[in-house]
Amino acid sequence: MNEHVIVQTISKILIPFIQLYALYVLAHGELGPGGGFQAGAIFGASIVLYVLAFGMKSAKLRFKSKVFDFLTSAGVFIFATVGVLCMIAGGAFLQYSSLPLPTKKLASGIGIYGIEIGVFITVTAVLVTIFFETAEQDDD
Amino acid sequence: MVDIIEIIYLFILIVCSVAAVRMKDLLSSTVVLGAYSLVMAIIWMDLNAVDVAFTEASVGAGITTVLIIAALSRTTRGEYVPGIEERYKTRKARRLKNGALFIVTLCTFGVLVYGTMDMPNFGDPDAPARHHVADRYIEKSHEEVYVENFVTAILASYRGYDTLGETSVIFTAGVALMMLLRRSKS
Amino acid sequence: MIETILGKYNYWIYIALMMIGFYAMVAKENLIKKVIGMSIFQTAVFLFYVSIAKVKGGTAPIEWHHSHLYDNPLPHTLMLTGIVVSVSTTAVALALIIRIYKAYGSIEEDRVLVLEKEGGKGE
Repeated sequence: MNEHVIVQTISKILIPFIQLYALYVLAHGELGPGGGFQAGAIFGASIVLYVLAFGMKSAKLRFKSKVFDFLTSAGVFIFATVGVLCMIAGGAFLQYSSLPLPTKKLASGIGIYGIEIGVFITVTAVLVTIFFETAEQDDD
Repeated sequence: MVDIIEIIYLFILIVCSVAAVRMKDLLSSTVVLGAYSLVMAIIWMDLNAVDVAFTEASVGAGITTVLIIAALSRTTRGEYVPGIEERYKTRKARRLKNGALFIVTLCTFGVLVYGTMDMPNFGDPDAPARHHVADRYIEKSHEEVYVENFVTAILASYRGYDTLGETSVIFTAGVALMMLLRRSKS
Repeated sequence: MIETILGKYNYWIYIALMMIGFYAMVAKENLIKKVIGMSIFQTAVFLFYVSIAKVKGGTAPIEWHHSHLYDNPLPHTLMLTGIVVSVSTTAVALALIIRIYKAYGSIEEDRVLVLEKEGGKGE
């Protein structure tokens, strides 16, 4: 797949901007449209674009499937951990205002960021895993 | 009253969906499905559902299309078309089956349209779905969750359990896929 | 009569879309066509829910000090998660189709059933 020079060059330029945009969407989920699900979908799409432009072999070298296996469960774990931390701090499961921080507003914001990051990691990892597993040609 | 732009978009949706279902070449069918998803995202933008439009444009139009194309590359591209002889032999049975299913579909359509008669009109501010919890979310979320985007407030705080469930569903889908398709090292 | 049509034609178009997807799911033999039908059906349901949230003159559900009429944010939230779940179901369905193709060499439902009856190639 070495002849796709135009596709490869354009993807090389575009991918960092797509990923930066995904992180922007993640960070601004509280103020405008956006959040963990959308950011994860966009970030996953950027990696899918890389695989489409550069081929599965070079993508496999760069993105180890073991890492994504780990991230798949890590996202759910972060989400649940935030909930349990709220319980340890004395509130109900996922009651962010009980987190031991100076103001309730800050506690709520931190809690929401925590679960959004969890959702983001899981969605990204699952979409990339789904694409890798579906697109991989086996030799048999 | 009648929004011409919206009617045009809905018409494009109907055309795309019929084309996606009727085409014999599965690859073209998939690409038309991607166009369908993109028009759907525009309609959601028009209905002020910005978050949903966002997700549909990246997931529905982007990733679903790529996934179906990836699956096509591992199976076959064309829908199976029987030869003339076989087609002639099974013509009667096929017509009977498709006719019966079409009637079933029409009946379902009729029942559902009858069901909409009791519903409030489109955009009615007094619709029951708009009140009860929705009012509370809109009035109180700023004091209780300190978030400007109501959708994020509901997603992350009021219905955090739901979101945890959805995340687990996605996780389960990923694990199911690994179990179905990953080859063991041995 | 005219008022009913003007107030509800949106819903009828959504139901028509849903029925197109439904017909593809029950009548088509090709499994990928069934998945495409399922996708159309799901999006039609999402569209129906989102349209329930719309209020005449309402703005997008993001706080804005000039506006006091917002669209209902609850259906938006539910459909947002629904879309991501729908891509997961599509992916699992496609994975099953790939396995079926590996086992039987066909993705036509009726041929798979015939092969199954004959004992098939199996695995």
